[in-house]
Amino acid sequence: MALLDVQNLSVRFDTQDGSVRAVDGVSFQLEEGETLGLVGESGSGKSVTNLALMGLVPAPPGVVQADHINFAGRDLLTLTAEELRQLRGNEISMIFQDPMTSLNPLLTVGRQLSEVLEIHQGLSRREADRLCAAGLADVGIPEPETRLAAYPHELSGGMRQRVMIAMALLCKPRVLIADEPTTALDVTIQAQILELMTDLRERHGTAIILITHDLGVVAGCADRVHVMYAGRLVETAPTAPLFSLPVHPYTRGLLASVPTLTGDPTSALSSIEGQPPDLANLPAGCAFAPRCDYAETRCRSGPMPLEAIPGESAPRTVACLLATEIAAASGGAR
Amino acid sequence: MRANNERWDLAGRDMEALLAEAAALQGESLWQDARRRLRRNRTAWWSLLFLLAFGLLSLCAPLLPIPSPVALDLQTEPMPPIAPWTEFGNHNYTREYWELSAIDSAAVDLRAAIFDDWQTGSWMGRDSKGRDILSRIVWGSRTSIIVALIATLCSLAIGVTYGAFSGLSGGRIDNLMMRIVDVLYSVPFIFVVIFLITIVNEYRTELEDNWGIGRETVFYLVIGAIYWLTMARVVRGQVLSLKNSEFIEAARVLGASTRRILFVHLVPNVLSIVIVYLTLTIPAVMLFEAFLSFLGLGIEPPKVSWGLLAVDGTEAINPLRIFWWLVVFPAAAMGSVLLALNILGDGLRDALDPKLRGKD
Repeated sequence: MALLDVQNLSVRFDTQDGSVRAVDGVSFQLEEGETLGLVGESGSGKSVTNLALMGLVPAPPGVVQADHINFAGRDLLTLTAEELRQLRGNEISMIFQDPMTSLNPLLTVGRQLSEVLEIHQGLSRREADRLCAAGLADVGIPEPETRLAAYPHELSGGMRQRVMIAMALLCKPRVLIADEPTTALDVTIQAQILELMTDLRERHGTAIILITHDLGVVAGCADRVHVMYAGRLVETAPTAPLFSLPVHPYTRGLLASVPTLTGDPTSALSSIEGQPPDLANLPAGCAFAPRCDYAETRCRSGPMPLEAIPGESAPRTVACLLATEIAAASGGAR
Repeated sequence: MRANNERWDLAGRDMEALLAEAAALQGESLWQDARRRLRRNRTAWWSLLFLLAFGLLSLCAPLLPIPSPVALDLQTEPMPPIAPWTEFGNHNYTREYWELSAIDSAAVDLRAAIFDDWQTGSWMGRDSKGRDILSRIVWGSRTSIIVALIATLCSLAIGVTYGAFSGLSGGRIDNLMMRIVDVLYSVPFIFVVIFLITIVNEYRTELEDNWGIGRETVFYLVIGAIYWLTMARVVRGQVLSLKNSEFIEAARVLGASTRRILFVHLVPNVLSIVIVYLTLTIPAVMLFEAFLSFLGLGIEPPKVSWGLLAVDGTEAINPLRIFWWLVVFPAAAMGSVLLALNILGDGLRDALDPKLRGKD
């Protein structure tokens, strides 16, 4: 059985301007020790999905519904607030996008690290300090004992992100949610952090949900990729087949808009025309249809279920009526 | 990356020694930085020292060789100040006080044992009943300090907690809690004080005998009840802007309870504003006490407070003879303390604002 099994998760926010469906019928599984990439542009529901997993969707106005969210044999939906709190940081942990603002500026690094251990393991400060130093060493911070006494402003961005990762991993969680962990870092540090996360996953067996809009990050780290658009999953696939044969027009658009080293520097970067739809007011049928080059009349009505692509060996699904044609055309061109 | 794992192996390292080394190395915290910068602000630093000295003086009032604040010496008119170099002291001390607490009366005994009947001369003159002004100022400052302490404690204990919780909760709870503050705000407290004190006067023997509640207790309670309101609002506003910071969200994700988020993460971050606001509240409370005592609703004679000294001062003002020492010395004492508090508050605001770091 999968470590984490989410079935038909929906999150809506009841606002004065109507009900906004941030996440709409998302299902996925996460195996132990696996990295799942969650890709999509801003507002596609990636972060809200994961806040829902942690029970942190602000309610009201947020309403979380799902058939079940099973984590290690327990349904997260049935847990009390206190049980969820015990779970957070201990079994499911999270690291954030901006390490500059994710650390309390008034507390030393050591104090913030030991807080997790105090909360979940009831350790004394002294024992906690020792584990924290080990935790910092584990994420490749030199002289970890010295760093414990440092305040966040004395560390660089990469160091702070390492501290955040160390903090998230101190209790040896089974799932680590990384919400755009490298967006605020420069490219060389990005590479280091990703390498570090891959390494930690291998050594501790932590499953990682990697939320990002950077396809390069996904290509390098993830085992499987789920593409989200307007709160729905539109394509799920193992990483390699997805990149060699993207099927959903949205995925194709995303991949086409990545600059390449061999491309002509003077030509304009291709982009997806139009704006993401208003989540309070989704078009009928495929949410991507208004921006889609392939869209036909039948795309604009009816449900768009995730379906397996006929003739593909890899376990992949796509929510597009034209999937077979596109796959055949691209496969032929390959 | 795999090859690096040996480097990260901590088993062979002497953690105790390294931890000791880590303890010796300290970054500069907000507070250390603030103290350094406050020190560089001369006026604020001297204000702080002045206030500390004044506080010590009033704390030690029973120990000082000053005359009794209530010993009467009925004369026809107030006695003018005698300069210390003319008469430094005399041996006319009499042990006359109102009902003192056990500690204070022990301190007065100690004073009698050390100085016997020696006391300072009338450096600041005497009032129309022959009571020593210097002694009355020093003893009167104790009331001001108690009032300031009560307002401070209520502001900190009730105001900060209430405001932080309200801001953090948000939504309906926040709305309800702030409307309660609004209601309390709109109560005209002068009338409440008059009302309460009238009631207390009516049943005063009963109350004091059965409950130990005197007029002063009511007075302090009322002051405590008013002065946390603004603090709650100030703190709530700060928390509203802080609670969406990522480090708060990070704490939540790590499983921190609401109480921990409040007291470990939020309150320390609003403390600089709280402290500054306190230094502005304290003068206001001191003035309020003086005002109520002036109206006859606060401290009762024979006890003294600065408000009562002001009453004595106004009574002494008449167009024929100006007994200036009855007005000038109490006013100077009060004015200098309030000024020092204001300067200190201003200095603290500058010192605690990290954005001004390195610009002085």
